[in-house]
This record gives sequence, C-alpha cells and structure tokens, in this order.
Amino acid sequence: MREIFNYFKSIFFALKSLWTGMKVTGAYFFKPWKIVTQQYPENRKKLKMYERTKGELVMPHNDKNEHQCTACGICQINCPNGTIEVKSVTVETADGKKKKALNKYIYNLGMCTFCGLCVKTCPSDAIVFSNKFEHAVFNKEKLVKTLNKEGSTLKKGAE
Amino acid sequence: MAEEIIIPEADNQEISINMGPQHPSTHGVLRLVLSLKGEMVQKVEPHCGYIHRGIEKMTESMTYQQIIHLTDRLDYLSAHMNNAAVCLAVEKALDIEVPERVKVIRTIMDELARIASHQLWWCSFGMDLGGLTCFFYGLRDREKILDIFEETTGSRLIQSFYCPGGLMADLNPNFQKKVKDFIVYFRKILPEYDELLSGNIIMMERAKGIGKMSKEDAISYGMTGPSGRGSGFSCDVRKHHPYHAYDKVKFNEVLRTEGDTYSRYMVRIDEMRESMNIIEQLIDNIPAGDFAVKMKPIIKLPEGEYYQRVEAARGEFGVYIISKGEKNPYRMKFRSPNFCNLSALDTLTRGHKIADLVAIGGSLDYVIPDIDR
Amino acid sequence: MPFTFSFYDFTGFTQWIDVTLRGACSPFWAVLWEMVIVGVLFLAFYAVVGLYLVYAERKVCAFIQNRVGPNRVGPYGFFQTIADLIKLLMKEIISIREADKLLFNLAPFIVIITSFLALAAIPFAKGLHPIDLNIGVFYVMAISSMGVVGILLAGWSSNSKYSLLGAMRSGAQIISYELSVGMSLIAICVLAGSMQLSTIVEGQRDLWFIFKGHFPAVTAFIIYMIAATAETNRGPFDLAEAESELAAGFHTEYSGIKFAFFFLAEYMNMFIVASLAATIFWGGWMPLHIPGLESFNHVMDFIPPVIWYVGKTVVIILIMMWFKWTFPRLRIDQLLNLEWKFLLPISLVNILIMAFIVLMGWQIGL
Ligand code: SF4
Ligand code: SF4
Repeated sequence: MREIFNYFKSIFFALKSLWTGMKVTGAYFFKPWKIVTQQYPENRKKLKMYERTKGELVMPHNDKNEHQCTACGICQINCPNGTIEVKSVTVETADGKKKKALNKYIYNLGMCTFCGLCVKTCPSDAIVFSNKFEHAVFNKEKLVKTLNKEGSTLKKGAE
Repeated sequence: MAEEIIIPEADNQEISINMGPQHPSTHGVLRLVLSLKGEMVQKVEPHCGYIHRGIEKMTESMTYQQIIHLTDRLDYLSAHMNNAAVCLAVEKALDIEVPERVKVIRTIMDELARIASHQLWWCSFGMDLGGLTCFFYGLRDREKILDIFEETTGSRLIQSFYCPGGLMADLNPNFQKKVKDFIVYFRKILPEYDELLSGNIIMMERAKGIGKMSKEDAISYGMTGPSGRGSGFSCDVRKHHPYHAYDKVKFNEVLRTEGDTYSRYMVRIDEMRESMNIIEQLIDNIPAGDFAVKMKPIIKLPEGEYYQRVEAARGEFGVYIISKGEKNPYRMKFRSPNFCNLSALDTLTRGHKIADLVAIGGSLDYVIPDIDR
Repeated sequence: MPFTFSFYDFTGFTQWIDVTLRGACSPFWAVLWEMVIVGVLFLAFYAVVGLYLVYAERKVCAFIQNRVGPNRVGPYGFFQTIADLIKLLMKEIISIREADKLLFNLAPFIVIITSFLALAAIPFAKGLHPIDLNIGVFYVMAISSMGVVGILLAGWSSNSKYSLLGAMRSGAQIISYELSVGMSLIAICVLAGSMQLSTIVEGQRDLWFIFKGHFPAVTAFIIYMIAATAETNRGPFDLAEAESELAAGFHTEYSGIKFAFFFLAEYMNMFIVASLAATIFWGGWMPLHIPGLESFNHVMDFIPPVIWYVGKTVVIILIMMWFKWTFPRLRIDQLLNLEWKFLLPISLVNILIMAFIVLMGWQIGL
C-alpha cells in the first residue's frame, strides 16, 4: 500500500515541479516588454558607451592641431605586446637646442590587448582610449594606425 | 527463471569516440577520448593543449605590471581573482600594505566576478542538460554585472583592473548605486533559477547520485572550489587564508557532503547568495582614500620564492613566483583550479552514461584556457 | 451538380469537383487528376506549414527566452525560414566516403515520406478530408511509426559513431513510446466506439471527448502529450539529436537539403501529432458545444470549422513548444523508465476504467 502511495506521490511531485518551471517560462512568453535584446545597428544613434570603455587608443588633438606627446617612448616600453611604435625625429629649436619630436605614432590595433598600461604610464597624458568599438576591416594592414595627425605639432608648454 | 544471457563477442566491444576539440559541450577546445560500451563510459582521457599559449613562459619576459594582463586570459571568467593573485604576491614580496579602500573594492569586484561566473556556469550547465532557456536567462542577468564592470574598468570580460599596489582607476561614481540595484534585482531573480532548474524533477533525476566523489578523493585529486566543496572538502581560501577584506565580512563557506553533481550544483547556487551577502556588507562602507599606493615604475622583487593563492570562481588559484631580483620573474607557475578538477573527470564518469558525462563536465565547470594556459 | 462553396461544409465543393471531373473524362483519368490535385495541394501545404512551424518555433522560443527572435528578413523576420531554405538548397551536399551510399541517400526520403503519408488521414474540416479510412487512427499511428526506420537507416549508414548512438537511442525511444501513444488513443477509441476519424469527430458534436470521458480522458490526453512529444523526438525527449551530447545525433553527417528534409519532417511530425490530438481529444473541426446552452452553441457554430481545427492544432503545438523550451533533457534510461514504469501501466489501467465507464454509460453529456 505504502509503495503504491509513494508511486502516486512521486508522479504528483514530478508534475508539480514541471509545472513550476513551465510557469516561469510561460510568464515570460506573455511579457514581451521584458525583452532585453538591443537592436544593434538600428540603435546605433542612441547607443551610448560608458565613458571609460576601452575602444581603441587615440591621441587627442586640439583645434590648433596640437597634441601632447613628447615622444618619450614610455608607452612603447610599457606595452606588453609591442603594439606601439613611437618614431621620433630630432629637431633643432629656435634657441639652437636639439630636441626629440614626434614624427609618427604607430599603433597596431590588431595587437592591442587593452591592458591600459600605455595610458596609465604616459607622463603627459597624451593618449586616451576612445569609445569607438566598430573595428572590423577587410584588411589587416588597416588596423595599423598612425595616431598623430598630419602636420601636428607639440602643444606649447607641454614639454 | 533467470536465464544466463550470453553476450556475443561483438556486443562486448568498446568503441572509442572523440568528443571534441569541437563539440558543443566541451566548453571550448577540450578533447575527450571516450571508451564506450554502448552508452556506458568506460574511460575518459582528456587531451589538453589545444589552446596552449605558453603564458607561463611569456611571463618570464614581462614586467610584473605587464603580467597582469596575461592572467586575465587564463580563466577569463574570474579575471579579477587571477589579477588579484599576482598583485597580492607582488605586494607580499615587496611588503606593501595597500590602502583599506583598495582591499574593499577588490573584495567587491571579486565577488561580482564570482556571481557573473556562476551565472555563466548556470547557463552552460542548463544547456548541457538540454534546457536551452536557462542559457538566455543567465546571460541576461550576467549582462548587468558586465555593465557595472564596463563602467568602472572600461572592459567587460578581460578587465586588467588590478595592478600591483592598487587599482588601475578609481571607482565610477555610479558604481555603488548600480551594484545595489543589481543586488535587489538578482535577489528577485535567483528564485527563478531554482524554479526553472534546481527544483525540476528531470534535473534532479539527472544530477542526484551522478558523479559521486568522496571527500578523500576530492582532496587527493586536489579538487577545489565549488567542485571540492560539493564533496565536503572545506577548501575556501577566503575563509582559511583571508586576503583582501574577507576577514572583516561575515559569510558562510557553502559546504555539501553528498559529492554528486547536484551538490556541486547547489554549492554554486548558494555561493551566489553568499557573494551577495558579502557585497551587501561592504558596498555601503567603502572607506575613502587612495585607490593605489605609489609604486616605482619598475618593480623588482627581491630574490626569493613567493606563493599566493586566492579563491577564484572555480577553485583555488595560485601563483608561484621565483625571482632572481630582476624586473622579470625567473619562473612563474600558475596553479589553475580547472586543471585539477579536470583530472578527476575520469573517476567521476566511469560507469556512467554519455549524458552523465556531459552533466558531470558541466558541474565541474571547466574553462579550457585555464587548463591549457 | 451545381457549384456550391461554403466555409462550413466542404462536402458540396469537393463533390462538385469530383462530378465535374468525372463528367469531363474517363473514370481512370478523373481519379488520376484528383490524385494530382490533392498531391500538389499537399506538397504546397507541407512546405508552408513546415517552414512556418520552424519560424513559429523560433519566435516562440525567442519570446520565452526574452529575445526578439528572427527579425531581419521581411517584417518581423517573416521570410527568415524561406531564406534559410534557399540557403540549404544551395549548400553543397557533402558525400561521406565510407557511408553506405544507397541507404544514406534513402533515409531522409523515408522520413519525409512517412510524415507526408500520415497527413492524408487528417480531417481538416467538414468534407475536407483526403481519405476517410475506417481505421484512420490506426493508419496514422502505423505510418508515423515508420519514420523510425528512416532515422535508424540514417544513423547506421552515416558510418559515424555519434549518428549510430543517436539512431539507437531513437529506435529504443520511438518503439517504446509508440505503445503509450497507441494506448492513450485506444482509450478514446473505446469512448468513441470507432477508429474512423470522421466518426470520432462527429461523436464530439455535443461535447469534446476530453470532457466527455471524465478523468480517464484527461489522463489519456496527458499521456498522449508526453508520449507524442517523445515520439516526435522533441525536447525534453530529443535524445536522438541531443546536441550537447551527440553533436547532432542521427543527422550529424547530413548537409544541405537532406538535412532540411529531416528538419522539415520533424516539424511536420509535430504538426501531425498535434492535429491528431486536436481531432481526437478536442473535437477536431467541431466547434465547442456545451449541452444545454443552445445560444452559446449557435455562436460557436458561426466560427468556420477550419478555424477551429487550426486553432486547436496551434494551441497544442504551442504547448509542445512550451515543453521543449522549459525542460532539460532526460537520460536514455530515465526515458525508458518513464515509459515502462509510469506511462504504460497507467494507460493500461486507464483503458480499463474507460471501458468500464462506457459500459455503464457514465459519459458526461449522454
Ligand atoms: S592598451 Fe596595452 S596592449 Fe594596448 S597599446 Fe596600450 S599598453 Fe599596448
Ligand atoms: S604617448 Fe605619452 S608615453 Fe607615449 S611617447 Fe607620447 S608622451 Fe611618451
């Protein structure tokens, strides 16, 4: 008798537990407003990334086309992956002193692991991360970027 | 009357099957060579190394700050804890006391990462059992934690947020509010996990009594983390060797003694609750102060050997450093929890069915990059 | 014979076609033409229903899972499955070197033909009933259990261990669940006193059988739902293709359109099983009638039978999808336990009780 009772009890509990689960999924089925999916290409205009999102490395320039990089090369040393290559030239300033100046700041996005050491260690805050995250390109070479703009110079007083 | 069943020679054959490296339920590029008798698993032979990147060797040519970003890539789901292990080892070697604020933030971050990791485990465990809906519910909730991470650390998965001496950046002003919102939200959602999967009769039938591991075996295999605690092996590093601010918070070490798949499952579910408790205790009283101590740009550890362990989401993660006084470590060894847990797979699954192998594998929750390094 | 067309009774319409054809050509050609018409209609029906069931499943599971589902091809992704079909049609059919060529190519056709055949006996509306066999229930059951042959062949001939395991699981599963499906249907046949589907539908004029037969009918319905889900290899009984265990089970090695055949057949089987359930338990195209409520019955009669039929089928399909997207998968031994320890004994007892009820004339509404 007891076994028969247990037999039916087990069926009852099994059905009950199944029903509990079905209630959860069934409830979501009738609540389409709970959908969390973001429609990506459509919501591109509205999409707001967090301020700190590490998209890619950029070198901000002001409106006079000046940057702050002194070509010291610290970021290059600190980068664990050899992503950054700072090419400098020696220029002669007006008062006849020889000085290093940035010629080309080459950043290979394909090799960057976004560890943030370059930004953290840069003594003159010349580089930051931008929020741009759409990096797909058809050619690997396109990932190698020159961060300083054409004809840009060092900001006055940033030495 | 019982007749003797004669099994012909052909029926007695074992067949061997390659499960992986590309298989839906090996969670990555793990290859398991199974010997099967019908559906019964006779032997499992894990073959690792498909995602071996030589991280331990790579560390030997890197400074300690640079090493941090590699540890993220071991167990990418407990990136914070792995970072913490290296940072703590370096700080211990240099005898640096990090500010109280750093300790508390690190604790909160670690616990958030633990919840996120367990959520993802729940997703994939549900999927291993064939309940695909779990996968989306878990990911939906994990997204909230990743958003919190992104706002403060700038990345979602591989944050590299800790550095020797402190943190890379201070907390985002929204952090506290968001974490509190999340806790409120997740406390409401977690019972749904139970209704959907934990209490489900099919799940209980498939998990209870499957893949039994005694406490002794768990210890001798070095199973740690939730997998070990499911067998009653009290191995929580947070309790036994507190680091960060764990000595200041009250929490229970979740222990279960059955040692089967279900107990490993329940340990993780309960751990999410414990983690929320820990965060709740800390989130309102993060002390003010610096987010890092000033370190020399080039860190040189004094000559010697250092070991530091932390409780990662999957078990005890250890870092062993041999330094010769250079700026790079002479040798660095990671004790990864997944590698040890995986080694028990053969014992756990022997004599069970393929479906059980998948469930047991899911309950061990291995992350392949951590196994292969 | 004058042309008559009504949404409430297709008998006149079909007979008009028949008489016209017979008047126009010899009986042999008339029959042949009728067959062609029915065949072409069914092919179109099959393709549309199959494709849109796939679409419906994807949408339903998306809503259950807090997602939006396919929404890129056409409005609300309405043409997504058609695009998928075109893709599958254009894909290369990879031939397996060590496979048994003949059986490997034959298997998808066996699976799809059986599901096609079973469709023939389903009454869609009054007078819209391809063949009204006097053993309709038996026919559908017999034909739909043939599908397992195709699955077994597919698994065996692929020369892949995953396929073989999947096929063997499927064999064990379908053969044992066949019993419960049959037993639960027999319980209703006892109540209806016939195996002819049209008679069964007519018998539910005053009340559907699920209400008429007290709790044995409800039990039979629940058992039928469980067993039918298992018989169509759907979750939580999708062991044959358990993707987390066996990659894709018996159709691991199939590609292109042959894979699509398996896929379509699975959804068609679901449709057949659901419409059988609707017909036998919920009255098929018969509107909901409650004895004693004449005005209510009249209102219900205004809804055309086709709508009733489609509506009931869709509800049952939704329930089956709900099952699939809620539960984890069973293990093979638990699956067989469930059948032999629970479903079969209960349905046997159920038939006995049902027979007793019928014998005593205790049906509701009689
Ligand atoms: S983020 Fe890291 S990897 Fe990328 S450029 Fe900076 S230092 Fe190099
Ligand atoms: S970006 Fe900063 S660290 Fe790098 S070279 Fe320029 S100034 Fe130096």
